[in-house]
Amino acid sequence: MGKTLAEKIWSEHIVRSAAGEPDLIYIDLHLIHEVTSPQAFDGLRLAGRKVRRIDLTIATEDHNTPTLNIDKPIADPVSKLQVDTLRANCAEFGVRIHSLGDAEQGIVHVVGPQLGLTQPGMTIVCGDSHTSTHGAFGALAFGIGTSEVEHVLATQTLPLARPKTMAINVEGKLKAGITSKDIILAIIAKIGTGGGQGYVIEYRGSAIRELSMEGRMTVCNMSIEAGARAGVIAPDEKTFAYIKGKPHAPEDFDVALSYWKTLYTDADAKYDVEIDLDANSLEPFVTWGTNPGQGLPLNASVPDPAKITDAEERGAAERALVYMGLEAGTPLKKIAIDTVFLGSCTNGRIEDLRAAADVLKGKKISSTLRMLVVPGSARVRLQAEQEGLDKVFLDAGAEWRNAGCSMCLGMNPDQLAVGERSASTSNRNFEGRQGKGGRTHLVSPLVAAATALRGTLSSPADL
Amino acid sequence: MEKFIKHTGTGVPLRRSNVDTDQIIPAVYLKRVTRSGFEDGLFSAWRNDPEFVLNQAAYKNGTILVAGVDFGTGSSREHAVWALQNYGFKAVISSRFADIFRGNSLKGGLLTVIIDQSDVENIWTAIEADPTTQITVDLEARTVSYNSTVVAFELDDYTRWRLMEGLDDIGLTLKETDFIDSFESKRAIYKPKTLPIKK
Repeated sequence: MGKTLAEKIWSEHIVRSAAGEPDLIYIDLHLIHEVTSPQAFDGLRLAGRKVRRIDLTIATEDHNTPTLNIDKPIADPVSKLQVDTLRANCAEFGVRIHSLGDAEQGIVHVVGPQLGLTQPGMTIVCGDSHTSTHGAFGALAFGIGTSEVEHVLATQTLPLARPKTMAINVEGKLKAGITSKDIILAIIAKIGTGGGQGYVIEYRGSAIRELSMEGRMTVCNMSIEAGARAGVIAPDEKTFAYIKGKPHAPEDFDVALSYWKTLYTDADAKYDVEIDLDANSLEPFVTWGTNPGQGLPLNASVPDPAKITDAEERGAAERALVYMGLEAGTPLKKIAIDTVFLGSCTNGRIEDLRAAADVLKGKKISSTLRMLVVPGSARVRLQAEQEGLDKVFLDAGAEWRNAGCSMCLGMNPDQLAVGERSASTSNRNFEGRQGKGGRTHLVSPLVAAATALRGTLSSPADL
Repeated sequence: MEKFIKHTGTGVPLRRSNVDTDQIIPAVYLKRVTRSGFEDGLFSAWRNDPEFVLNQAAYKNGTILVAGVDFGTGSSREHAVWALQNYGFKAVISSRFADIFRGNSLKGGLLTVIIDQSDVENIWTAIEADPTTQITVDLEARTVSYNSTVVAFELDDYTRWRLMEGLDDIGLTLKETDFIDSFESKRAIYKPKTLPIKK
């Protein structure tokens, strides 16, 4: 029997396997940031260990970094200590780092692909659950905890249990104004936040093949929100073209290319589970609750918990509506927004900024809200400025910020106030995720831009 | 790592599903560079509520968290495990855990026990009726027991052995260095390197 894409990559990275034990898997690329690494470096120091492969390790600063006044020292002393600790650790152990102010600084999952370090067939890890983003290139990429970060630093391997495989087939053609974000939000609403648990999801089908690399990254990015370890998409001509010319593209490109072309699921391979989603009927999707599975088409209304039969889900919905300050039956389009956040590793790439700018061009955002535009990396910011997108955002009344994770998780000063409501292109609508007491609706960049103009949750079709 | 063979303590009923790691410990608490002191941030948003289970005197000294389905979803932050351990929890019982959280917990010696939702409900009922109910999580026997009830749980032999011996994963892998050397000698040369920086 043939192998799935994920199984191929897995078996090519087995360093050692033994019955009854996890496989020891080799890691091709280890991405590091300031939040989940200090205790790992500390562990190395205590044990007198080195970083085994500094040439497969790269660090950047993203979670804590401010998006204003980046030429000044970080104001929050605790954030500053964490960033300084990363810099000191990288200097001590010899790890390449892109610090605040550097053109390659930015969200770790935006930086890897833009440098060309993310390539098909690789194993990629990072102490961050959204490492699944890199799966868009046909790499097996997943988030790990700090103990595992230390393990990879010391050994360049991880002992891992072999995951199960799931195919999600998205066939059909997206209507105009429907994006990759709507695909993945619809998938999570369909299978739930635990639906992918224990699986690597392979996204397949004509609608996935039609997506740009940026769009594919958005889909793979939120695999974790469906509970999956990783998401993968078979590489194709778009993938190869994206990598070609990037700083770390293979020197002998054709040799690499001939290997990359073997990276697909064999026709006779079997997935443990297959799920279908019809792309033709997809609508703009938004979340109404406090987990990413609590989403609905934008034309729907806030659901009535009383009509949910599953007791667990009903309880969760009741709590979510209280937290979100929403009444059952309210049309989602009537929900007024205070802050629009465009950015994050989900939707902070150049294509996302272009899509939003296209909607905003020549218009003004509603006076009832603020809009933060935070490019995923300093490189994306530079590119956007070259294209004049910064002017579009500024002219519309939005704020044009520096790169980082920013309001996706509010570790830096970019946070929602208590009760403040956002339409956010990020990945998590958990209670307090964007600031204590803040209320988050997850949306696509197009919905974010249209919402900024109208003041209530909207799609460009409503303009 | 401390060995885990058997633990007896009282339980804390957390009747919520989808408790994500942002709820276990919000991002603002992740700025420490040590592995200790995270107990202050544990469930921080909910601890403002006097009704919240951890604020109830009866459950103050609980060491076994009995949680709803899909515990530990979201962010990979191992700080969630540290926060639970720093607070004093030795084990978490649920019918389903998120993958990364479960991996982190078993690396760090916080035993995560998976049992059926109906068994979780029964434990909730028991510890709500009597918060002093003693619960024993026995890793050797792979059972959870309280009053006269014994519930078996599954955990693979390898992980169980590692936890019972308190073994450091890195130490174990470093014994396989020959395998790693041999794998590296055969790696494709076109695989990217982060150094040197090419211009």
